[in-house]
Amino acid sequence: MSNVAQYDVVSIRNDFPILSREVHGRPLVYLDNAASSQRPRQVIDAVRGLYEHSYSNVHRGVHQLSQESSRLYEDARVAVRGFINASCVHEVVFTRGTTESINLVAQSYARPLLKAGDEILITHMEHHSNIVPWQMVCQQTGAVLKVVPISDAGELEMGRFNEMLSDRTRLVSVVHVSNALGTVNPVKTIIDAAHAKGIPVLVDGAQAVPHIGVDVQELNADFYVFSGHKLYGPTGVGVLYGKEKLLNAMPPYQGGGDMILSVSFEKTEYNTLPYKFEAGTPNIAGVIGLGAAIEYVRKIGLGAIAAHEHGLLEYATKQLKQIEGLRIIGEAGQKAGLISFVLDAVHPHDIGTFLDADGVAVRTGHHCAQPVMDRYGVPATARASFAMYNTFKEIDVLAEAIVKTIEMFG
Amino acid sequence: MENLRELYQQVILDHNKNPRNFRKMEHPDGFAHGNNPLCGDQIDIYLKLKDGVVEDVSFDGNGCAICTSSASMMTVALKGKTEAEAKALFDSFHHALTEDTAYPDDIPLGKLEVLKGVKDYPVRVKCATLAWHTFDAALRKFQGDISTE
Repeated sequence: MSNVAQYDVVSIRNDFPILSREVHGRPLVYLDNAASSQRPRQVIDAVRGLYEHSYSNVHRGVHQLSQESSRLYEDARVAVRGFINASCVHEVVFTRGTTESINLVAQSYARPLLKAGDEILITHMEHHSNIVPWQMVCQQTGAVLKVVPISDAGELEMGRFNEMLSDRTRLVSVVHVSNALGTVNPVKTIIDAAHAKGIPVLVDGAQAVPHIGVDVQELNADFYVFSGHKLYGPTGVGVLYGKEKLLNAMPPYQGGGDMILSVSFEKTEYNTLPYKFEAGTPNIAGVIGLGAAIEYVRKIGLGAIAAHEHGLLEYATKQLKQIEGLRIIGEAGQKAGLISFVLDAVHPHDIGTFLDADGVAVRTGHHCAQPVMDRYGVPATARASFAMYNTFKEIDVLAEAIVKTIEMFG
Repeated sequence: MENLRELYQQVILDHNKNPRNFRKMEHPDGFAHGNNPLCGDQIDIYLKLKDGVVEDVSFDGNGCAICTSSASMMTVALKGKTEAEAKALFDSFHHALTEDTAYPDDIPLGKLEVLKGVKDYPVRVKCATLAWHTFDAALRKFQGDISTE
């Protein structure tokens, strides 16, 4: 508990310049972190510092700037390796984000392997980005997409999962933390069960890495993917972690510069890991900003962040449950810091507009998880999602703004 | 906040709580399904036409207060209009919500005026226009069916 006591949310907030602005004449209460979090000054400075001091293309020039940029870029890869405890640095591939990482695995790992009738197993609580790439590869190969159901509380039906792991299953792809429900899935159990049948597992960690310490070796995940922008880093950059053996066996995803050793019109020799999967000039500033974000998160400590956010979740759940006519969607036993909710009297869009008028930013809509909305029979929800810089007072502002909105619709 | 309160009070009072012509229609002449994939608003528009006049129009579906009340007011406004008048009203309404300039051939919006405040909330404009776009699609489908006969 000493972590919680020492947690200095005021000084953390001071690191995030945007948090001091006002919206519609009210202090910004930013509760849309599951969509994208904000950036600390350390990340902004890292990106600015690169452009003002060191910027050039990476892995090419012999000149000083190219060497400095290359070093900063590769330093970020080292930071990612440590952050998720990959066994080696070249298991970390930089992509545009979680979506591209999943598409890469779908096209480079699954597609060459799949035959008609083979199965890909996902769950009912996946984000569209962990549904559509598999539908596409199923169309291309004749494989079949299987979906593990979820309970009313928003938990995976593990009994069904175990039954659905069949001898036709070629890959399990599962979300670590649901963006629509907040559920933390038992990924270690899932991976162990799949591995017992020789089936590899991809974990979509987009919503997990900002909130939960992830150790890919301890999980024994075959692929682990996430984005930079939910982790206080820049947009347009993400990570594909893959086990060396799997990545080495996969063909490149895109062809171009940087992913080759030599090119002639007769034959091209591909580069080694991780460059084989990083065709073209990468998002240099994005990667370096992500490195700075990871350094920032590690300095504060994910344990302390998780404890703070858990406190926010418990408090917000208690406060929101007291509001008559409010229903929380997703009440799993293990939840990360987000609350999806609907009101009897007010459509989520109207909630979003009224909360915005009070300076409170929440997400409204289907959260790119339409099957989840269908599962609970709602067209959309409002979602408040918490980050390391949110405060208990902000939860009070949220709750008051919701009550005001309900009164308005009387 | 005051503008918002004003807009919603005018809009939601009545039409959101008691939407007019909120029903499925048997054997419509025109039908279209409108969907706003970003926010999940879904609207079905049913249309009956007689001698080029909108004899009946109704809607069904699920949307926010602005979407529902706009659909409700639209059905009231359209009944008895000719196809050409309905199209002109759609154009005028759409213009009022999306453009700063006055509409060249300004058609009085009547009770629909209250929805003009939505213009100050650009992300909500599509909520207010969904029913109209869907009506337009239903009408065009009907006209398409006629022309192929």
